[in-house]
Order: sequence, then structure tokens, then C-alpha cells
Amino acid sequence: MNKKLSQQIAFIIFKLFGILVVAILISILGFIIVNGISVINWKFLTAFPNEGMTTGGIFPAIVGTLYLIIGSLLFAFPLGVMSAIYTHEYAGKGWIVKTIRMMTNNLASIPSIVFGLFGMALFVNKLNFGDSIIAGSLTLGLLALPVIIRTTEEALKAVPNTYREASLALGATKLQTIKKVVIPAAMPNIITGLILSIGRVSGETAPILFTVAAYLLPQLPTGIFDQAMALPYHLYVLATSGTDLEASRPMAYGTALVLIMIVLTMNLLASFMRRKLEKNRSK
Amino acid sequence: MQKRKIIRRILDNITEKLLTISGAVTGIAILFITFFLFTEGAALFQSPQVEHGYALYVNSSNPVNNLQPEETKAIFDAEITNWNTLGGKNSEIKIFRIDDAFQIYPESELGENYELLPAKLGEIISKEENILAFLPTQYAPQGAAVKALAGKNIQPKEYFLGKEWLPTATPVPLFGVLPLVLGTLLVSIVALLIALPLGLGVAIYLSEMASDKQRRLLKPVIELLAGIPSVVYGFFGLVVLVPIVQKTLNLPVGETAFTGSLLLAIMALPTIISVAEDALRNTPRTMREASLALGATQWQTIYRVVIPYAKSGISAAVVLGIGRAIGETMAVMMVTGNAAVMPHSLMESVRTIPATIAAELGEAPAGGAHYQALFLLGCILFVFTMIISISAEIISKKKNYKTH
Repeated sequence: MNKKLSQQIAFIIFKLFGILVVAILISILGFIIVNGISVINWKFLTAFPNEGMTTGGIFPAIVGTLYLIIGSLLFAFPLGVMSAIYTHEYAGKGWIVKTIRMMTNNLASIPSIVFGLFGMALFVNKLNFGDSIIAGSLTLGLLALPVIIRTTEEALKAVPNTYREASLALGATKLQTIKKVVIPAAMPNIITGLILSIGRVSGETAPILFTVAAYLLPQLPTGIFDQAMALPYHLYVLATSGTDLEASRPMAYGTALVLIMIVLTMNLLASFMRRKLEKNRSK
Repeated sequence: MQKRKIIRRILDNITEKLLTISGAVTGIAILFITFFLFTEGAALFQSPQVEHGYALYVNSSNPVNNLQPEETKAIFDAEITNWNTLGGKNSEIKIFRIDDAFQIYPESELGENYELLPAKLGEIISKEENILAFLPTQYAPQGAAVKALAGKNIQPKEYFLGKEWLPTATPVPLFGVLPLVLGTLLVSIVALLIALPLGLGVAIYLSEMASDKQRRLLKPVIELLAGIPSVVYGFFGLVVLVPIVQKTLNLPVGETAFTGSLLLAIMALPTIISVAEDALRNTPRTMREASLALGATQWQTIYRVVIPYAKSGISAAVVLGIGRAIGETMAVMMVTGNAAVMPHSLMESVRTIPATIAAELGEAPAGGAHYQALFLLGCILFVFTMIISISAEIISKKKNYKTH
């Protein structure tokens, strides 16, 4: 009897924990959606900030984030995919792969503010890019690398070995096999990784603080050596250091909602794709 | 035909070389990060203690030859007022700054480009036996009775064991990282104490008790929690959590270490849940069945068989959770109040290492002592997280040895 009772108590507690976690998520999302939805309209998305960032829109921040996503992935995506191809297809199972994998894990665990420091020391100061889109993109790209490498490796792992063997048996070289057979088969999964890293890159604030982000710009950036505004930093500014914090609150809610929508859309899209692929595979 | 083949072979060769090189890209990135962080950071110990471009001068009859940074600070804060505290004569310390010179001499007497200033300063110091002059080295006083205090560089001991972080103080900035390190540890560990039972509970629920339907609901929810950007968490904490903490605990301000821990706990939950759940699920079915067959209840099986078996995986979850919490910047910065003092209680404002870097790097001139001190903070953070990530790896490997 006692055994059963303790089991019941434990199960009830754990169930409550589960409910609590769901409640936390719902309250965070709900809070931002409820407060932000009334702010978002066409003007908010396409106008510049106005009157000390208390009215107007967040257009330059959206554009800046877009530039940063494109810039960082132009650099990180090919590099990450190639790195994964090397470790999975070429390197043996020895210490090299183990070391590389450990390095990838370690790179993923470095706090984002350290990336910011590094980006500032190397790209902004040493290479003299200044606060610029290119410095920010490279810094964010480094951050996205481990995500891309991991998902690509998973993707390559999921390609059955029989595909490779069939191609090799037909006389194709290893590189031809990879190019014509392995990568096309792994492509949907690789794209999933790309989408995930877009989500990651667009939400990061700490790495762009000292490498690209501008408090307020009167016009859009015109080149890769210009500063840019970005959504996460703009939210930080609106929340903590605007000229009139109370008056800019609605703007902050709206920015938070736009940011969350971008990030969550990417994550949902990725998990949707993954689920669909899993279903296809099991057929 | 032949030619094309050769070209293609060359191209293929290049591609394969490129692949090999990019294989090492993460290693190279880590090497670069380490190199830049540590060269900038280590330069701090080549910086003088006294503010850059300045020095301290005394009358040559003064027996004091050097001052510790804390002593200098205490003098300029008027906490030490007599030379005998510092091993000198029993007389009052007279502090002299460059501005005081302009009170004594009209600008016309100092020359057009102040070229007469050093001599005048020397005169003042020679006349006054108990003077402590804080002057720019550009106008170093000239005179027989002038003695410059030996300028030491910042010592590692002052940095790593110093209890005061006053990076912009004059004449001696203090770079003691102890309050920041302790602040970081306090916030992270309390966060973990909150998140761990919760996270483990949810992980157990997910892997052992939940039906497929419940799992399909909960899993995406946890993934979504992991996906929310930290600045959004910070914003949520600022407008929701801070007032709640302030009201329910009846505090003067809601921006406390506890608020930070609460927010970090929420942010660390997804990591802890997913790693712990993986570990629990990896327990072989046969072990569960054996336990159940012996008459144990499901709950007994969980805490007598499944949890002990998954112990290393759960430890890895704990370690990774700490790692996530220690490095978190924006959210913590927005809700902890950022007072750089030794933390005394959970209900006071603290400042963490990442928040310090984020808040101060923008104002620290590149290459200065403050800038270098912040990079050294980055090194500390880097070393912390490296240790954490490597130990997580070792812990989760351990299990493989046991079972195979």
C-alpha cells in the first residue's frame, strides 16, 4: 500500500512539473503576443523609429538582421557543410575525428559574449573592419558553425551505406559519389540545419554588441563595412536605454514579438521538415 | 577529352584538399579565439597600476618608496590621511593634482605650451615635504627634491584575488574580479538548484510516465523554450519577473541575484530536460523489466534502477546546465541590477562576468588596462566553460565504458 502511495505522490509531482513547464512557456509567449500583437501593423514593419524610438517602426532593425543572417550563413554554411563532409566521409574513425568532434562540441559551448570579445579583437580591431556588417557576420557565423556541422553530420549519417557502395561499384570516385549521391540524399536534412542556424543567428545579441550593432541609424546600411541595427539589440535598447522607457514599451513588445516570430518560425519549420523526413524514411 | 579529364582530376584534388582543411575549421576557430583572448588579456599584467599616462610623485625626503593600489585608493578616498600609516613620518598627507597647479600659477607663467610646468611642479614638490602629487607623466616634475614612486605593473594576485572592481577609478583603477566571479557562481548555482529538480522531474515524466500524446505535446514546448532568444527572456524578466519578485518578497528593488537565478533556471530547463531524458531513455528495457518482474512498482524501478543507471547522463545534464547559466549574458544583465560588489545575499543586486563584459566593453578604450581586464574576464569565462564542456564529455563517456 505504502509503495503505491509513494508512487502516486511522485507521479503527481512530476506531472505538476510538466504542467508548470508548459505554463511557463505559455505565459512567456502569451505575454509577448498579447502585448505585441496590437503594435504590429504594416507601418511598424516598414517605418523608421521616430521621436526617440517611441513611435514609428523597426524597419532598419529588420533589414539589419536580414543582412546579418545572410552574411553569417554565406560564410558558415559552406564551411560547416564541408567540415562535416570531411569528418564523416573522409577521416577515419581515429583520433582525428574524435578531436574534431570534441572541438566542435567545445566551440558550441563557448558563451556568446566570448564570441563577441573575439570578434571585436580580431575583426573590428586587428583586421580594422570597424563596427561593420562583415565583422558581425563573421562573428555570428562562427557561432552558427557547430550547429551546421552537427546537423550536417546527422544528415550524412542518415544516408544508407548501400547508396555509397552502389555508386562506388559503378566506378564512380569517392568525390563523385559524395557530390552526386550522398549530398543530394542528405540535402533536406542539411537544409534543416541551415534553418535552425538562421533561428540561432537572428536571436543572438551578445556577439553583435561590439561588432556591428548600432543604437539608431538614420538610414539603411549601404555596404558591408557599414554599421547596422539588429532586432535583438534594438529590443535591448528599447527595454533598457531608450530616452523614455515607458513610452517606448509598446515598441519593445512589438519588436520582441517580431523577433520571436522569426526565431520560432524557423524552429517550427525545421522540426516540421525533420518530422516529415522521418515519416518518409519509415515508409 | 584527355585534357578535360586531367583538369577534372586537378579540380577534384583541390576540392578534396579544401574538404580536409575545412575539417579542421572548428579547431582553428578555437585556437584563434584562445590566442586573441589570452594575448589581449595577459597584456593587463604589463599595464601600470596607476592610471595610464600618470604617475605619483613625492618629496625625496619622504621614506615611502611605493604604494599598494589599495593604499593609493584609500589615500585619495581620504581613508588614509597620515604618512605614518604607510611607514612614513607622522604628518598629514597633502594630495596635489595637476589642476591645483593652475590655482597657484596663472597660465601666463607656465608658458604657451606649458613648457614651464615641469619646473614649477618640481618647485612645489620640493617645498612641501608631505606632498603626494598625482601628475601626468607628460609634465613630469623636474627638480632635485622630487621622487617618483616606483610604478609597479598590475599583479595577477590583485586581479584574481582583488575584492573591488572599480575599473574607472582615478588615480588607481581597481580590477578585482572576486565579486564578479562569486556573483556569477551564486546566480548560476542557485539557478541550477531551482532548475534541477524541476528539469529532472519533467525528464522522468517524459521518459517514464507520459503517454505518446503527452510526449508529443511536451517535447515541442521544450524545444520552443530553448529557441526563445535570451534578450526576449531578459525583456520578459524585466517587465514581469522583476516587479513580481519585488512585490512578493517586499524588497526595495526587484533586480536581484534571485531574479537572475529564476530567469536562468527557466532558460537552463530545456538543456537539462533533453539531456537527462536522453540518459533515462537509454536505460535498457531488460533492466526495467527485470525490476518490474521482481515485484517492484514503476516508481521503485525508476529511482532504484533507471536513475542509478542514468546517473552519468544526468550528471552531464547538470554540468551542461551550469555551462549554459554561467555564460548567459543579456538576460542576466537585464534583471540582476549589475552592482559590482561582493555578493552578501540572494536578495541584493549582483553582477556577473558576462554582464560586466557586455556593459563595459563599449566604454573601455581599446588597448587600455580596462579593455585588457575585460578580455581577461573573457579568458576566465572561456576556461570555465571549457572545463565544464570537457568534463561533461568525460562524464558521459564513462558510462559507455561501463556498459560495453
